[in-house]
Amino acid sequence: MKRRDFIQMAGMGGAAMMSVPILGNAVSVEALLAPGMDAPAKKVLADVALNTARSMGATYADARIGRYLNQYVFTREDKVQNVVNTESFGVGVRVIANGTWGFSSTIDVTPEGIKKATEIAISIAKANSKIQKEPVILAPVQSFGEVEWKTPIEKNAIEVPVSEKADLLLTANAAAIENGANYVNSALFQVNEQKYFASTDGSYIDQDVHRIWPYMQVTAIGENGGKFKSRQGLSAPMGLGYEYMDPDPNETFEGPGGVKLFRNRYDLVADAADAAKQAKEMLSENTKSVDPGKYDLVLEPNHLGLTIHESVGHPLELDRVLGYEANYAGTSFATIDKWKKKDFQYGSKLVNLVADKTQVGSLGAVGYDDEGVQCKEWDLVKDGVLVNYQAIRDQVHMIDQSESHGCCYSQSWNDVQFQRMPNVSLRPGAEKLSAMDMIKDVEKGIYIAGRGSYSIDQQRYNFQFGGTVFYEIKDGKIAGMLNDVAYQSNTQEFWNSCSAICDESDYKMFGSFFDGKGQPPQISAVSHGSSTTRFNEINVINTGRNI
Amino acid sequence: MAIYSKEEAKQIMDKALSYSNAETCEINLSGDNSGNIRYARNTVSTAGFQNNQNMVVQSSFGKKSGIATIDEFTDETIARAVKTSEELAKLAPENPEFMDPLGPQDYDEANQYFKSTADINPDYRADVAAKSIEPARAKDVTAAGFLDDYASFDAMANSKGLFAYNQSTELNFTVTMRSNDGTGSGWVTRDVNDVNNFDGAEASAIAIDKALQSRNAKAIEPGKYTVILEPAASSGLLGNMFRSFNARTADEGRSFMSKEGGGTKLGEKIVDERINAYSDPGNALVPGRTWNGSGLPVKRKDWLKNGVVDNLFYSRYWAKEKGVDPVPFPSNIIMEGGDASLEDLIKDTEKGVLVTRMWYIRTVDPQTLLYTGLTRDGTFYIENGKIKHPVKNFRFNESPIIMLNNLETLGQQVRIDGDLIPYMKIRDFTFSSLSDAV
Repeated sequence: MKRRDFIQMAGMGGAAMMSVPILGNAVSVEALLAPGMDAPAKKVLADVALNTARSMGATYADARIGRYLNQYVFTREDKVQNVVNTESFGVGVRVIANGTWGFSSTIDVTPEGIKKATEIAISIAKANSKIQKEPVILAPVQSFGEVEWKTPIEKNAIEVPVSEKADLLLTANAAAIENGANYVNSALFQVNEQKYFASTDGSYIDQDVHRIWPYMQVTAIGENGGKFKSRQGLSAPMGLGYEYMDPDPNETFEGPGGVKLFRNRYDLVADAADAAKQAKEMLSENTKSVDPGKYDLVLEPNHLGLTIHESVGHPLELDRVLGYEANYAGTSFATIDKWKKKDFQYGSKLVNLVADKTQVGSLGAVGYDDEGVQCKEWDLVKDGVLVNYQAIRDQVHMIDQSESHGCCYSQSWNDVQFQRMPNVSLRPGAEKLSAMDMIKDVEKGIYIAGRGSYSIDQQRYNFQFGGTVFYEIKDGKIAGMLNDVAYQSNTQEFWNSCSAICDESDYKMFGSFFDGKGQPPQISAVSHGSSTTRFNEINVINTGRNI
Repeated sequence: MAIYSKEEAKQIMDKALSYSNAETCEINLSGDNSGNIRYARNTVSTAGFQNNQNMVVQSSFGKKSGIATIDEFTDETIARAVKTSEELAKLAPENPEFMDPLGPQDYDEANQYFKSTADINPDYRADVAAKSIEPARAKDVTAAGFLDDYASFDAMANSKGLFAYNQSTELNFTVTMRSNDGTGSGWVTRDVNDVNNFDGAEASAIAIDKALQSRNAKAIEPGKYTVILEPAASSGLLGNMFRSFNARTADEGRSFMSKEGGGTKLGEKIVDERINAYSDPGNALVPGRTWNGSGLPVKRKDWLKNGVVDNLFYSRYWAKEKGVDPVPFPSNIIMEGGDASLEDLIKDTEKGVLVTRMWYIRTVDPQTLLYTGLTRDGTFYIENGKIKHPVKNFRFNESPIIMLNNLETLGQQVRIDGDLIPYMKIRDFTFSSLSDAV
């Protein structure tokens, strides 16, 4: 890790470290609560950028005035380790001049500062136009005038006193210790993006976006030392307010193996106690190490979400497909020729994968994307067949479409916006089916809940996934916990082995809070919904080693 | 211009300290100029330039601390940041692990700054891109690359009289070349402090050659193979291994470095006795910082000596708990190598696989340091001392500990990501499945 805008949380993953991006200046909580600039004032400033750009010959310009607030609270066992409050405020101006993009940003949010940033963006566009081979083609967008959108939260997390949040984390840590854990790291990440977008297409969009993620890792050490097992929390990062932290029996479900699963509300303390018990059980001599071989996998939504993210979300990003990410994350097996044939069987007929930036409670939900396109839902895979990609205004013409999908995003006013993954979710099965009913049909299988180790190749063919907890399924019943499980498959084979999907009542969201892409890298947050799903005859390996 | 000289930095920080009413106050001041160019599909996609500056004020009363940050350094903003940090400190919970700031320290001179790199301009970056794209196009190959360069400074001062200052420059370059038939891919990485040591055209030519040589790879069965790992292939696994040299997680029993029955593996032989690895910020090939974020001097330190764990790193807090001297996290890793060139290693291999790069490496089991990942951008089968043909990429499941116990030969060292890592020949490396990815 070379750049310094990260704090390393040593011990968050046992020997591993967790890097958490920090954007903005450290400030007081009061500063986070202070109201930002009002929309009329932002409009006046944004117009400076748009008018300057027009007067200098730009054919298009947009300005994003952003105030990005973060509060992170970190604890371990009975200690509050750190409370980080940050605020980042500035403006980014993007233009098209001579058919070429230019971008510049500044913290000087005054007419003079914005004018200067716009002039720099124009000069960059003009300089780069000399080596540009094909001029930018923008899909048309509706002019929305002055509009606003806000994440429908019940309780603004940043308004909740830090002491209340620290108390909750410490109470959960204590519950884990009481139930046999040796160590607990827990954290609460809260994000509020206050962003104002204006463009020469006639939109002035004011948005207030909220996200939250309670993170926990519980570790138990074997009696003689030298052996340890960790169990992560089964929360999902969500596009919700602090109400997510209020336990609700109607949003808590008992899954196979007695695993507690959470939907739109989370019970951190109960999960901490369970995490400790399960970490202890993993250490028990009675817990079997998996026999490698073929198994029917029954995958819980908070596990399957990451598999969807890696094997569907990323390969269907159009910039990857076209080669723009070739030097970093890679390209994609889901090439344009496969899509054009209209019969590429991405998965079995049961598989319907949908992209959206509208789902309530999801991380990706906003009213409009970062280039002023109203967000929507669209199909990626329909009845198993690849039907579309994820594309933004300057890309859709490359797949013969005339309307942006509305999935353009920038992590900050300071970075240029580009195509980012929307929520990508698996539609629930149409027939009534619970996870327990699904398991009844399985002779030899494994039930996997929660996220684990994940790795996939640069064209998204071959992957290997672990999980948080594993249970053996034998002759239609849960037969006890397993250790050392990972499955390997090929994306197309895997999705074609999908044999059953539970109904809507089982549907939950998984989330990725710090998804990275691009050079220089930018983060974004995205959700993946699904119901428990079965995949037949998947190759399972044993990851246990003796060293 | 955000690069302050030592004197300018000291003046600003002294001013901040003069406003302090806290028991202790620590100031970190930093700034950088950074530029980049990105290209793909044989044309430039984005280019940028940024300058940033930042002052972090940490005020403490007893074990309570507060932090405020600013990026404008007027008398007024500095005074306000100091006051804010003091107000936050008074409201903060006690941090039982808080350590009083260090007093004055002696630091070695660092040699990370080169004016040649600080003077890089957009024309230079565009020229690197052009000299990467043009030869690619001429050979029916598509280039995608990224170059970024930094000139930066960091300084630290506190109310106990400590003052530290460092300037550095750095250039990082990677390029992926893909043959236009989609069946071959090559990659190269370079990093330097002095741009005079960088030749983008030479690096790009290697990646183009790998792309052409790796076309139409054949599938061979996964299994255990003798491998020749280029330094870019092994550095990810080695970096993960060295991050586990943390005394605290080892003492707590939750690390590979924890010993059964309690204690740590300090003093134990964990890998082949030919493995020697140390860090040394004074090495001219990989110059590093000579002080760390808590103000501790960073000096040469052995980590693996004849295969034995010679040191673990201790934070100031954990060192105090354990009654030992703190050992800062290293600023580089230097693994001793041998005389053999890559060609020598290939010549001496009867059957094996040459690996250019490993990618998407993730922890599978922290207990055994088992990692999974894939080969990428140039994987070749070696038979009777010669590269015979390209092979399809593999997924591996392997631990760097097992890898370094299965050492056959150490080759010459290469700078990679600020470290010096040798070519290595390893027997019985575990490839667990095939990937169709190019």
